[in-house]
Amino acid sequence: MHQFSQQIFSGFAAGAIYASLALALVMIYRATELVNFAQGEMAMFSAYIAWSLVNGGVSFWAAFVITLVVSFLGGMAIERVIIRPVENAPVLAAVVVTIGLALIFNSLAGWIYSYTVQDFQSPFPDRPVLGALITTRDLGVIGVTLVMLFLLFAFFRFTATGLAMRAAAQNPASARLCGIPVGRMLAIGWGLAAAIGAAAGVMVAPVLFLDPNMMGGVLVYAFAGALLGGITSPVGAVIGGLIVGVTENLVGTYLIASQLKLTVAFALIILVLVFKPHGLFGTAIVRRV
Amino acid sequence: MNESATAVAADEHAAGRYAGLSVGAWRWIGALVLIAFAVMLPFGLSKYHVFELTLVMIYAIAVLGLNILTGYNGQISLGHGAFFAAGAYTAAILMHHYGVPYWATVPPAALICFVLGVLFGLPALRFEGPYLALVTLAMALATPQLLKYFDNWTGGQQGINLVKPLPPASLGIDRDRWLYLLVLAVLLLAIRIAANLLHGRTGRALVAIRDQPIAAAAMGIHTARYKTLAFGTSTAFTGVAGALAAIVVGYVSPEGYSLFLSISFLVGSAVGGIATIGGAIVGGLFIQFVPNLANDISDAAPGAIYGLAMLLFMYAMPRGVVGSLGPWIARSMRLIQPSRPDIQSK
Amino acid sequence: MTMKQIIVRGLATASLVLTSGLALAAGQYGPGVSDTEIKIGNTMPYSGPASAYGAIGKAETAYFNMINEQGGINGRKINFITRDDGYSPPKTVEVVRKLVEEDQVLFIFNPLGTPPNTAIQGYLNDNKVPQLFVATGADKWNDPKHFPWTMGYQPSYRIEARIYGRYILKNLPNAKIAVLYQNDDFGKDYLIGLREGLGDKADKMIIATQTYETTDPTVDSQIVSLQGSGADVLLTAAIPKFAAQAIRKVYDIGWKPTHFMTNVSSSVGAVFRPAGPEKGIGIISAAYGKDPTDPQWQDAPDFKEWLAWMKKYNPSASVADANNVYGYGVAFLLVDVLKACGNNLTRENVMKQAASLHGLVGPMSLPGISISTSATDYAPFKQMQLEKFDGTTWQLFGEVISGGSGS
Repeated sequence: MHQFSQQIFSGFAAGAIYASLALALVMIYRATELVNFAQGEMAMFSAYIAWSLVNGGVSFWAAFVITLVVSFLGGMAIERVIIRPVENAPVLAAVVVTIGLALIFNSLAGWIYSYTVQDFQSPFPDRPVLGALITTRDLGVIGVTLVMLFLLFAFFRFTATGLAMRAAAQNPASARLCGIPVGRMLAIGWGLAAAIGAAAGVMVAPVLFLDPNMMGGVLVYAFAGALLGGITSPVGAVIGGLIVGVTENLVGTYLIASQLKLTVAFALIILVLVFKPHGLFGTAIVRRV
Repeated sequence: MNESATAVAADEHAAGRYAGLSVGAWRWIGALVLIAFAVMLPFGLSKYHVFELTLVMIYAIAVLGLNILTGYNGQISLGHGAFFAAGAYTAAILMHHYGVPYWATVPPAALICFVLGVLFGLPALRFEGPYLALVTLAMALATPQLLKYFDNWTGGQQGINLVKPLPPASLGIDRDRWLYLLVLAVLLLAIRIAANLLHGRTGRALVAIRDQPIAAAAMGIHTARYKTLAFGTSTAFTGVAGALAAIVVGYVSPEGYSLFLSISFLVGSAVGGIATIGGAIVGGLFIQFVPNLANDISDAAPGAIYGLAMLLFMYAMPRGVVGSLGPWIARSMRLIQPSRPDIQSK
Repeated sequence: MTMKQIIVRGLATASLVLTSGLALAAGQYGPGVSDTEIKIGNTMPYSGPASAYGAIGKAETAYFNMINEQGGINGRKINFITRDDGYSPPKTVEVVRKLVEEDQVLFIFNPLGTPPNTAIQGYLNDNKVPQLFVATGADKWNDPKHFPWTMGYQPSYRIEARIYGRYILKNLPNAKIAVLYQNDDFGKDYLIGLREGLGDKADKMIIATQTYETTDPTVDSQIVSLQGSGADVLLTAAIPKFAAQAIRKVYDIGWKPTHFMTNVSSSVGAVFRPAGPEKGIGIISAAYGKDPTDPQWQDAPDFKEWLAWMKKYNPSASVADANNVYGYGVAFLLVDVLKACGNNLTRENVMKQAASLHGLVGPMSLPGISISTSATDYAPFKQMQLEKFDGTTWQLFGEVISGGSGS
């Protein structure tokens, strides 16, 4: 029984990591109806920026804020310069552009910072809590993720910009007719997603250890979590991420063939999606002929 | 004398004939010239370059499979590397455990991958867009794990070393050129099958399903059957490519079938032009040569150059090389030939 | 004979003697060799999931730059052609064929990875091209009877794991062992070697195993699972990132097994410091080289030489990265072999010289460890030394152990 609860808590800790990146994926999807395959690598790069600042003597929280701002601006710039040219092109072109972007960020990080694992101290002390079931650092990750979720939810629900962004994503032509600057909405959407990703990366780097390939595996699980929860729902993204984390842990523990952990975990997730093809909290999009 | 000649020419032009031959006949001649060139090419190149071109053709077959699915059917697959691996290991297991001659492993690979594709296509029908991407992504990720697990068959991490095929002695050519010609024959066959499939009734049904799925269903097109068949055919093509790759390279192991392979196929398909057959060849060239060029340009960050190449291709030609240039060429040719309906609406 | 005939015959004989004499002086050349250069080929993963090892290729390039600046080998500069294979065996085959057939290199040096090397082994042996000092710890490169052109370099993973196995048999005979290993040939070899070292007690003593993929974000779940098995000995066969996670998680959950760590992840700077040095106290590993981040070697003359080389020729690389010591060491060995070839730079002679090393001490080797090869023994490094981490440095203990194959 002890093993079971330990795995559950480990699963929550891992799941919080996936959830935080999943939030960024949902943000981009709601703003642009695009899956950003570069989200993980952008988050990793932001984490390196924060690490460089901390190494240069800046305090952790100051570095955190600076990184968020830099990432926000960077995200907007990427949307304007890199994504804008393929906005009206077929979806596949945009997908390939995000794949290319991911390769560029990964390669640049490896070149600038080398592939040696780097030490990134977490602001949360690493003390075991609840009888060694979970550490304060893992609780910190969960906490920050929940805060981001709350902010995101409030943004879309209660602010004018959030509303304008949802309109711009769903129906750009009509939104323009209403006077919404669609281009700027898209840029802000990317900026926010980059900032969320940066927060995720900085929180997660002390846990996973910082190296250029840190986020590759995380992106896949975050993608699964976001879709499981419903790609348009921030709440769904967090719940989906947590479910993926716990599932992955339990499958690894109780499956006889632990070498097939990833395969079985994904099979289970897809099984759920077979019954709910738009995710647990997603909305079915009705298309008219 | 001149006047009557030009008058004859003008009459012919109006009837769609040039110098006594129809457009169709000219197309045949053009194709034969290309094929003859392709057959003679390996004898003017070094063995290494022949080997490289063989790989290009293999990737072209794989990308052609993906084009059938993505371009004509609108379903995005991030998992075709899994079927490439399935074809490769089918060939490897048949050769290594059962002593089947190399050329006889290709049809079983096609069949097995077709069946696998139909099996996966059935549940995949429920999913759209990013959800389908996730399902196919899972296939690509599961592949190395499964290959490592069933190591009695697959050789696990150690992989399987294959006996290099011997060219028929009567032809008197070396192995590299023989394999090139073999792969070329398969490529031509694949193109023929794809063209027949896609320019006929099946193709029109697939395009209808892609562009207006609800209307197509309302018109009585059995959506599920066509989509599943498209999946199965597409994976059969890619599986054949995998089997050929195993024969040509002579070694299979799980590391050769990573997620990066699936992504490369998708990128190759997009760069070439997803709803085109010629685009598959462009895609094969891209996958084979651009990473090598990237490595030559920068050995510090080759991935960045490769990524940059992807971006530039998508900016310049968002519908792929053949997808973007094709209509332009067709349009300029329309000035000198009667128009014909264009299949690519999107 | 007429005077003319005598003179003509004399001149012909003289010129024959002269040219053959010149030929002898010039030596015999294989492909890629001239009076001024030796072309060497190499493949490394500079992209993809194994790109961390690309540092080895960069270190080797830097070492050869130094040698060239110092005048080269017997007056010839080394033209080191290294290309990316992304750790994908089909790509390795392609790259190696290009190196051999187009670039016409003399041999392939230190190609990295077990699957890539397996893919090219047949081709290189069929074409009689040396596959020299392969960068993998697999056991199978020491097989001169079947693959006379392939030679390994480092002590194999199985040798290392056998050493742990025998140590456990001797000192912890009632141990219950758990193993965490990477799900590929590297990790699996540790499990196999451990079983070999434990002999027929293996099944009884190894009570739990867990694997991970390099795409897994963490190994925390696996560690928790292994603790749950009740084991009191843990062997971790993981690359640095996951090794650091493992060390930390073991400590955090309050588990105190006798912990054996693969040599691959024994770096103080790259693994133990990020994990938290106090969390690694008591961990046992085996080594054949000096850890550049270990304080006890800071004053050693070979360390200082290595550090000076890093600063001058490889400044963008990290001093904490053990790959830079590895590349330095294997490049040193190659230069030694090439020097021994003199002017007889054929592929056959390169293999012959490589198989004739006796007690050569490489730079940054641990005291007492040397390189030796023979016509029937293609494993240059066979010895390792056990060491225990005390929170700051690795304390060597016991004697230098020689691991033969199968014994």
